[in-house]
Amino acid sequence: MSDPILTVAHLAASAAGQQVVEDVSFTVPATGITAVLGRNGVGKTSTLKGIMGLYQRTGEVTLAGERIDGLPTHKVVQRGIGYVPEDREVFSRLSVAENLRLAERAGASSPERRELVERLFPDLVQRREQAAGTLSGGQQQMVALSRALINDNRLLLVDEPTKGLAPLIVDQVTEALREAARTVPILLVEQNLEVVRRLAGDAVVISGGRVVHAGPAAELLADDALTQRLLGVHAETDTGVAL
Amino acid sequence: MSTVVLLLATGLGLGALYFLVASGLSLIYGLMHVLNFAHGSFLTLGAFLGWAVAQRLDATSWFGFAASIVVGALVGAVVATLTELLLIRPLYERHIEQVLVTVGLSLATVALFEGIWGTDPDFVRGPAWLDRTTEILGARIPNDRFLIIGLAALVLLAIVVFLRRTRYGMIIRAGVENRAMVTALGIDVRRAFTLVFAIGGAAAGLGGVLAAHYFGYVSPSLGGSLLIFAFIVTVIGGLGSLTGAAIASVLVALLQQFANYYAGGTGDFVIVLALAGVLLLRPSGLMGKVAA
Repeated sequence: MSDPILTVAHLAASAAGQQVVEDVSFTVPATGITAVLGRNGVGKTSTLKGIMGLYQRTGEVTLAGERIDGLPTHKVVQRGIGYVPEDREVFSRLSVAENLRLAERAGASSPERRELVERLFPDLVQRREQAAGTLSGGQQQMVALSRALINDNRLLLVDEPTKGLAPLIVDQVTEALREAARTVPILLVEQNLEVVRRLAGDAVVISGGRVVHAGPAAELLADDALTQRLLGVHAETDTGVAL
Repeated sequence: MSTVVLLLATGLGLGALYFLVASGLSLIYGLMHVLNFAHGSFLTLGAFLGWAVAQRLDATSWFGFAASIVVGALVGAVVATLTELLLIRPLYERHIEQVLVTVGLSLATVALFEGIWGTDPDFVRGPAWLDRTTEILGARIPNDRFLIIGLAALVLLAIVVFLRRTRYGMIIRAGVENRAMVTALGIDVRRAFTLVFAIGGAAAGLGGVLAAHYFGYVSPSLGGSLLIFAFIVTVIGGLGSLTGAAIASVLVALLQQFANYYAGGTGDFVIVLALAGVLLLRPSGLMGKVAA
């Protein structure tokens, strides 16, 4: 088995003076999608923000053997991490094209990456000059994903990409993530277990600011009692209800 | 009729000066959340050094006047850049301390200017055309008003083009909206901070040279007196909005001029009332938070 692309050891994070992640440790394999699961408010999003340096953090974060926990956010990204935040956070007054241009990094973006984005989200091509704030929620999610996919990254951190989207758009986003995962590993925070079932090879479950379970996603979702205990839902009956 | 035209022209000229100060204040606050009380010092220093250069080259020539404008803008840009790098950047994300530093710098520089140039106003001269008037609809408009309005309009146009057509302009517009997300795209937003300070400082320095011609003198308190109204303009226009700053500059200056003439010199009082009204009815200002 190859070395993990990301190793998180004893990560603690705080926002506005409040500790939101206590002691999280896990690894992300160099291929495929690793899901971060847990009930609402357990620190999944905060864990991603801690890795990104968007929250003050302690502990060790290692990307492909290089410690990145001492780096400011922009340098973490420059090391090759693409970030898709919860709630999309597109620049609403900038056009779609401007949002994408802003995300392009020298040496990381290429015509092939742009073609990939255009192929995955043809809607955006027609709406290049439209202000991103006037797009639907699904289209804004496409912009948010495109900003990460337009660069050749070593890892993507994707936070609840299907939250609040119509089923048709959920399918499109899911397929885009599946396509992206062919070339880049993804750490995915996701509440929709059906999406997790379709995409994730591994799963990490967080509870109370700590990792309480890590292993193959299929095994977790096949164990109804374990899923019920860790996530508060029945895996076999859940078809996409938020946890 | 001629009185109204004269008040309009004078108000627009004063509004142009307010805009040159407020544009930088607004962009700096919008991107960095820093209320820069030292901004008036950039203006005053630009005015003093611009006037010094004009005197050496021949203050009554267009060449001397043009040189004073270039020097004023450059001085403003350089001092603002140094302020950001040396005083603001080490206090990144500590907004109270940043404000205190700019207040301290403002007080210290006024004292320094008084030590160097004295407390009395230094009367300035320019090319003869600036001292003359042009008759429009019966009103004799001082020519310097046209120049000040024209140059402020050019500055507005240049900043808008910069914000809309360049990558750094795009970074600034995005940063005003969501600074954390800009860094999460791998962009070192601190460079944009320095750039915004430099642009604001250049506009203030230019404003200093033009204010000296508008009022006819330069003094250590020149920047401070304009800064108060520029802050009001910035709040009324919407912190972070360049367009808001431009619109509010004109509205505030016109209101001030007309109230001073028709309501017994109550211009300043009326402006404060307008500020209170905006804060009560539309706290985010006329244009809210948008860079351009």
